[in-house]
Amino acid sequence: MNDKQQKASAYWKENVSYLFILLTIWFAVSFGAGILFKEALDTIQIGGFKLGFWFAQQGSIYVFVILIFVYIKLMNKLDKKYGYDE
Amino acid sequence: MSVQTWTYILVGISFTLYIGIAIWSRAGSTKEFYVAGGGVSPLANGMATAADWMSAASFISMAGIISFAGYDGSVYLMGWTGGYVLLALLLAPYLRKFGKFTVPDFIGDRYYSNTARIVAVICALLVSFTYVAGQMRGVGLVFSRFLEVDINTGVIIGMIIVLFYAVLGGMKGITYTQVAQYCVLIFAFMVPAIFISIQMTGNPIPQLGMGGTLNDGSGTFLLDKLDGLSTELGFNEYTDGSKSIVDVFAITLALMVGTAGLPHVIVRFFTVKRVKDARKSAGWALLLIAILYTTAPAVAVFARTNMINTVSNQPYADMPEWFSTWEKTALIKFNDKNGDGIIQYVADANLNELTVDRDIMVLANPEIANLPAWVIALVAAGSLAAALSTAAGLLLVISASVSHDLIKKIVKPDISEKGELWAARAAATVAVIIAGYFGIDPPGFVAAVVALAFGLAAASFFPAIVLGIFYKKMNKEGAITGMVVGILLMLFYMLKFKFGIFDGGKEAVAGLKEAWWFGISPEGFGTVAMLVNFIVSIVVMQFTPPPPKNVQDIVEDIRIPSGAAKAAEH
Repeated sequence: MNDKQQKASAYWKENVSYLFILLTIWFAVSFGAGILFKEALDTIQIGGFKLGFWFAQQGSIYVFVILIFVYIKLMNKLDKKYGYDE
Repeated sequence: MSVQTWTYILVGISFTLYIGIAIWSRAGSTKEFYVAGGGVSPLANGMATAADWMSAASFISMAGIISFAGYDGSVYLMGWTGGYVLLALLLAPYLRKFGKFTVPDFIGDRYYSNTARIVAVICALLVSFTYVAGQMRGVGLVFSRFLEVDINTGVIIGMIIVLFYAVLGGMKGITYTQVAQYCVLIFAFMVPAIFISIQMTGNPIPQLGMGGTLNDGSGTFLLDKLDGLSTELGFNEYTDGSKSIVDVFAITLALMVGTAGLPHVIVRFFTVKRVKDARKSAGWALLLIAILYTTAPAVAVFARTNMINTVSNQPYADMPEWFSTWEKTALIKFNDKNGDGIIQYVADANLNELTVDRDIMVLANPEIANLPAWVIALVAAGSLAAALSTAAGLLLVISASVSHDLIKKIVKPDISEKGELWAARAAATVAVIIAGYFGIDPPGFVAAVVALAFGLAAASFFPAIVLGIFYKKMNKEGAITGMVVGILLMLFYMLKFKFGIFDGGKEAVAGLKEAWWFGISPEGFGTVAMLVNFIVSIVVMQFTPPPPKNVQDIVEDIRIPSGAAKAAEH
């Protein structure tokens, strides 16, 4: 493997590990909090919302938006680190 | 001024705007026609994607569905937004780097095979046509209700408008009209929501009003009140579901993956300049979509509470004007079974006297809440913006599939640029006419199939694209078998459990519920079909030759973000 390829595969590895972390959160807030653990979370009430119901109809969507913007930030930094930015 | 006058004015102004933009942004080359020249700014693309994505279903039907389904409606909220996370992280940046015009382009080149390309074209046409018919129907509905023209005339007016800017402007025209349509539709959705939120809870932010206390001085939380009303009438608690956890899980995942695999959404990311712009526009798109998607469940709660309060146990003679207007359209039906002149609205089908079509909740909501006439007209203009913007995006996918993927890439590779542009316009025209026909004379299955289009997209495109990017060794044999098996399995399940064709037709469907595989409904089966696609692809790959070196180089290349503008040149 030459230098160029080594750089490319190191970049790819870091990229994939970001994806892994972000998608774990994606899964946890929607399928976890909004569906699988909805009943348990519903015993907690914040304002007029039961927490599980809130995650299913509000919270998960807010987290999704944040996740994409965090991803954009992380990737822009990663691109710079490896000189792939333009 | 009356509602109708206001509607003519607002719809007239917005249509003039769309046509003006279309004339200003005509497409001169195939690149402009397919991908708007590839230089759209991330924010503009985010707005266009949001308008493209939010259809008549999101604008008109979704809040209504949630308001009747309560917690069960969450599948649409999470499913149709969570898909953007997958799109942004797993697909958009890499497809942009690949830098061609269509999804079948990617499948055909990555899997070095015209068979793969043709399979992808068929999937794209299947998904897009079922989708577009629903939009034309939505246009017709709004025209007939608010402008009191015939539903068919409404569909034809809609066809002419879409034809005008999609055929003339291609992706370039569509992009900039969609930017305008996003502004119209989000304004039209938010204004009544804010009004009603203030009315009911005193909080101008609907997302917070939903969890707030009622304005009547009782100090009761709105959601608690609604839960109470629902159980009193024999319905489920609003914040609780009736579907099984397995099914809710499967439907949500199928909708997410389906969203990420929809060709008309994916192509939007070909229109920006760099890979980082593709990421950024996915972020903008979801943020702009989330504004509507977090408001919709609030609207659902307000509308449901308002409706129960207005009609339940009230004398029929005292019903407000909107009640009789909607009765005329047969979307509200009252049948005084016990002859006491009072409306009994309860869960028990034998005692219930009132049926309300869930599609009217958003349209009727401002009337139910007694909002001014211009707000009601605004909702009409907003629904048209939502339906037209999605229809245009879908028509473009259909026309590009025919002129680019079939004619240019397979049938007649030596076609001139000009010839291809004309073929694209001709294909768009034919597609509008077919879509219009479905809108005027909808086969009974359209509505059902629109929901299942997601299953089809999840079962076919998503695994093929993801494997194409993340699994360098994936070869054509694996991907093609996976797509074919996935989509056939999905079609089989749909035909068996949604249409009952193997068990004696529609009547048999309800009885087949017990036989659902793993307890998963046809709407959620896309999840299973997708997993089968992944497994079949990987197994077949083990026994067939690996992809050639130059294809593996393509994969290496799309993983690196720099140089996307150059990649688009060839």
